[in-house]
Amino acid sequence: MQYLLLIYHNEQESATRSQSDTVDMRGEYRTFTDSIAKSGHYKGGNALQPANTATTVRVRGGKRQATDGPFAETREQLGGYYLVDANDLDEALGIAERIPGARWGSIEVRPVLQIPS
Amino acid sequence: MTAGLDQEIGRLYRTESGRILATLIRLLGDFDVAEEALQDAFGVALEQWAREGVPANPRTWLVSTGRNRAIDRMRRDARFVSRVEEIDAGALTADAGADAFENESGIEDDRLRLIFTCCHPAIAPESQVALTLRTICGLTTEEIARSFLVPVSTMAQRLVRATGKIRAARIPYRIPPSSELPERIDAALAVVYLVFTEGYAATSGDALIRRELCGEAIRLGRLLVELMPSVSETSGLLALMLLHDARRDARITPEGELVLLEDQDRTRWNRSQIDEGTRLVEASLRSTRVGPYAIQAAIAALHAKAVSATDTDWRQIAALYALLLERAPSPVVELNHAVAVAMVDGPERGLLLLDALGARGVLRDYHLLAAARANLLRRLGKTDAAIRAYEEALGLATLEPERRFLERRITELRLHDSDRAPARS
Repeated sequence: MQYLLLIYHNEQESATRSQSDTVDMRGEYRTFTDSIAKSGHYKGGNALQPANTATTVRVRGGKRQATDGPFAETREQLGGYYLVDANDLDEALGIAERIPGARWGSIEVRPVLQIPS
Repeated sequence: MTAGLDQEIGRLYRTESGRILATLIRLLGDFDVAEEALQDAFGVALEQWAREGVPANPRTWLVSTGRNRAIDRMRRDARFVSRVEEIDAGALTADAGADAFENESGIEDDRLRLIFTCCHPAIAPESQVALTLRTICGLTTEEIARSFLVPVSTMAQRLVRATGKIRAARIPYRIPPSSELPERIDAALAVVYLVFTEGYAATSGDALIRRELCGEAIRLGRLLVELMPSVSETSGLLALMLLHDARRDARITPEGELVLLEDQDRTRWNRSQIDEGTRLVEASLRSTRVGPYAIQAAIAALHAKAVSATDTDWRQIAALYALLLERAPSPVVELNHAVAVAMVDGPERGLLLLDALGARGVLRDYHLLAAARANLLRRLGKTDAAIRAYEEALGLATLEPERRFLERRITELRLHDSDRAPARS
C-alpha cells in the first residue's frame, strides 16, 4: 500500500534559517532518504520551490484560467513530499515521524487510492 | 421454529456477537464486510438450526458460516477480487485462526486487537468511543445515538466515516508494539472509562443499556489488565470501575430518585466487587508511579471501606485529592478536593476554596459547583444563601433525578426557615 507524505512548513520561519542550519538540514534529509531507500519504503520524493512560485490552473466553460499563487493560502505551505510503500498506517506514521521537517512543520499522511484495473 | 431456539439464538446474539465480529474482522480484514457476515451467519442459523438442531460449538459454527458467506459475496463483487485472493492465500492461517477461536485466549486476543484499532489516534476521539461501543460491545447505532443524545443519522455518519478511514488508510488490526504501547494504552483506557461513565453517570435513558455499558467497560478493563498486568493504571481503572459499580443498586431508589453517598444503604453495596477492587487498588498503589485512575480508585476504596458516612477517612481522601490535583489537575478535581477539605477542616475552609474556584469562572455552568456551595452554606446555617445557591444549581442541572433532589433540598430549607419565622418576627 502506498502513502503520500506531504511535508508542510512555515516558509517565513524557514527563510530565517542560517546557512549552516540549512546545510545541516539538507544532510539530515539525505540521510533519511537513503535510509528509507535502503529499507525498501521509498517510491519517490522531492523538495519544492516556495509557494510564491506556484501557478494555479482551472478550466471553466472550456476556457483555461491560470492564476498566480497556490490553490489555498495556509499558515504552513507544502514544501515537499515522499511517496512510500508501507504495510499499514502505523508503518507509514512511523516513517513520517522520522522526516526531519516533522520537528518544525507538519506531515500529512494520505493513503493513495488504489483503482482496480 | 420453536420459541426455545428463538431464545437461544437471541441469547447467543447478545452475548457472543461482539466476539464473533472481532474474529470475523480479523479473518476478513474489513469492518463492514464482517458486520454483514455476522448478520448473514445468524440468519442462516435461524433456518438451519431449526432443521438440524444447534451445533456442538455454536460460536465456531457462526464464525465459519459468516466467513464463507462473506467470501461468496466478495467473489461476486469486482471490488473485492484481490481481497478474496488474499483471504484464500491465507486459508491455512485462517484455519489456524479457527483453531485459535476454540480457546478463549484466541478470542480475547481478537477483541483486544479490535480495541486498539477502535482507539487508534488516527480516529477522532468522539468516534473512538462510538466505534468501540458499536464493534466491541455490540450496541446498535440507535442505542449509541440515544446514549450520546445525538440524532441517529449523525451517529451513523460518524461510524461510517471511521470504518471508512480504517479501510482506506489501512489502520492495522493488531496489538501495538511495546514501543508504542504506553501511549496507545492511555487512549484505550480513556475510551473504556468513557464507556463506563456513559453507563454510570447519567440516570436518564434506557436502564438496561446503561447497565450493559458498565458491564462491558468492566469486561474490557479486565482484558486490558490481562494484557498489561505490569501497567498499574490498567489495574487502577478496573478497580475504579468495580468500586463505583458496586454502589449501583444503592444509589438510585426503585422510583429513580438519586441517593447521596452519605444516605446510601451500605448493606446493599456489592461486597465481592468492593473486595476485588480494593485488592487491585492496593496492588497498583505499590507501583512507583501512581496514576490518576489508581488515585481515584483509592478514594473510592476509602468510601467503600467506611461502615457509615461519619466513619469515612476524609483526611486521607483530602490528601489523595491533593495528590490527584498534582498528577492530573482539573477544575472538577479541585471541586472534589474542596468538598473533602470541608469534611476535615469544616465548611468555612471548604467555602473559601470553592469561592476561589468559582471566581475563576471555569465551572460557571457546572451545577455541582453551585450544589456543593449550597450544601456547605446549609451546614453553616446560612439558609438564605444556601437556598439561592441551590436555585442556581437547579437552573443548571439537566438530569431529572438531580433536579428533583435539588428541589427537595430547597423545599426542606424553606420549611425550616418558616418554622423559625414566628420567633424572628
